[in-house]
Amino acid sequence: MAKIKVVHYINQFFAQIGGEEKADYPAELRVGETVGPGLAFAANFKDEAEIIATIVCGDSYFNENLEKAKADILAMVKEQKPDVFIAGPAFNAGRYGVACGTIAAAVQEELGIPAVTGMYVENPGADMFKNHVYMIATKNNAAGMRGAVAKMAPLALKLGKGEPVGASAEEGYMPNGIRVNFFEKKRGSARAVDMLLKKLAGKPFETEYPMPNFDRVAPNPAVKDLAHAKIALVTSGGIVPKGNPDHIESSSASHYGEYDITGVTDLTEDTYETAHGGYDPVYANQDADRVLPIDVLRDMEKEGVIGELHHLFYTTVGNGTAVASAKAFAAEIGRKLKADGVDAVILTST
Amino acid sequence: MHICTVTPISMTVGANRIVPAIAIPHPLGNPALKKDEEKALRRKIVMKALEALTTEVDGQTIFED
Repeated sequence: MAKIKVVHYINQFFAQIGGEEKADYPAELRVGETVGPGLAFAANFKDEAEIIATIVCGDSYFNENLEKAKADILAMVKEQKPDVFIAGPAFNAGRYGVACGTIAAAVQEELGIPAVTGMYVENPGADMFKNHVYMIATKNNAAGMRGAVAKMAPLALKLGKGEPVGASAEEGYMPNGIRVNFFEKKRGSARAVDMLLKKLAGKPFETEYPMPNFDRVAPNPAVKDLAHAKIALVTSGGIVPKGNPDHIESSSASHYGEYDITGVTDLTEDTYETAHGGYDPVYANQDADRVLPIDVLRDMEKEGVIGELHHLFYTTVGNGTAVASAKAFAAEIGRKLKADGVDAVILTST
Repeated sequence: MHICTVTPISMTVGANRIVPAIAIPHPLGNPALKKDEEKALRRKIVMKALEALTTEVDGQTIFED
């Protein structure tokens, strides 16, 4: 079988041209040359594949001349006609990671040539491109070169040969959102009992579904003077003005709403509704106070139990909303509440 | 503080002051009651929420009835 043809992309540092002072090195094609980490790849490929050309480009040059660098490099790759394209590995170098991800994705999308890259999970290029191109997770510095090549090379060979690629956990690439159904050998109940027995015996076990990490915060000191305190309402129950003017999604909310309740003493069927798709909306649509208790807080405000009900409330839909999104909304909402002198928040959930 | 029905969820995500609610589709209501009774129930829960806000706690605390 003919050797798989590989074109390899690296930056000025790994090409041993120079460091930061050479980051403006324009894209250069070196036909027939294997450079820097390419040698490690070649050793790994043995006689199954060969690097037919290496492209070197300065990290600053690439990022500051994105359109030209991309176009030039795509033309170089097109001319070489490789079976597979490898970029990096970039480890934790941010500009390099972005360059690798960008060019690997472009080669794949615009030339139809399969591509592989590798970098550390926290590299900015990772979040940007891991769903667009196979990206091996590497250590955060070049000491991880051997390990990176040991995973990138076999994956590149598979892609070059057109062989099927396994799950991310098997091949070592970052999960890219692609799901393939398969039948487990043991049924779920048996796997669950096995896992529980290990857990009870204090033995290590591997979860089939990792939970997000929920952090903890120290409790705030109690509100001292409730009668003069400004209380704000926030909800994940999706209460919105009737018509959902800002189109908050019924699931996987992409944003939150901020609404003015100056002069509003009671939420009614005509004025408010719920946007939430994860619970029976009938009761909240009849009377949204059942989720956002504005009516009783207005009474308490009038009676002097609390100093003031903040004139804005914040709302989103908790149903299927990503933890990361919820965290981001909360950080913003929290900042706004603090800036508005709010003393305490009542958060309601369904 | 957090008013919610499934308090174990509130505990898992790290709320420090928690008040249990009535039901998922109507945490601060009960459609089986008359309007004024329901509002009184709602007021009771919110009063508990204010009690939670004005009470010093040193860890996660559920303020039950």
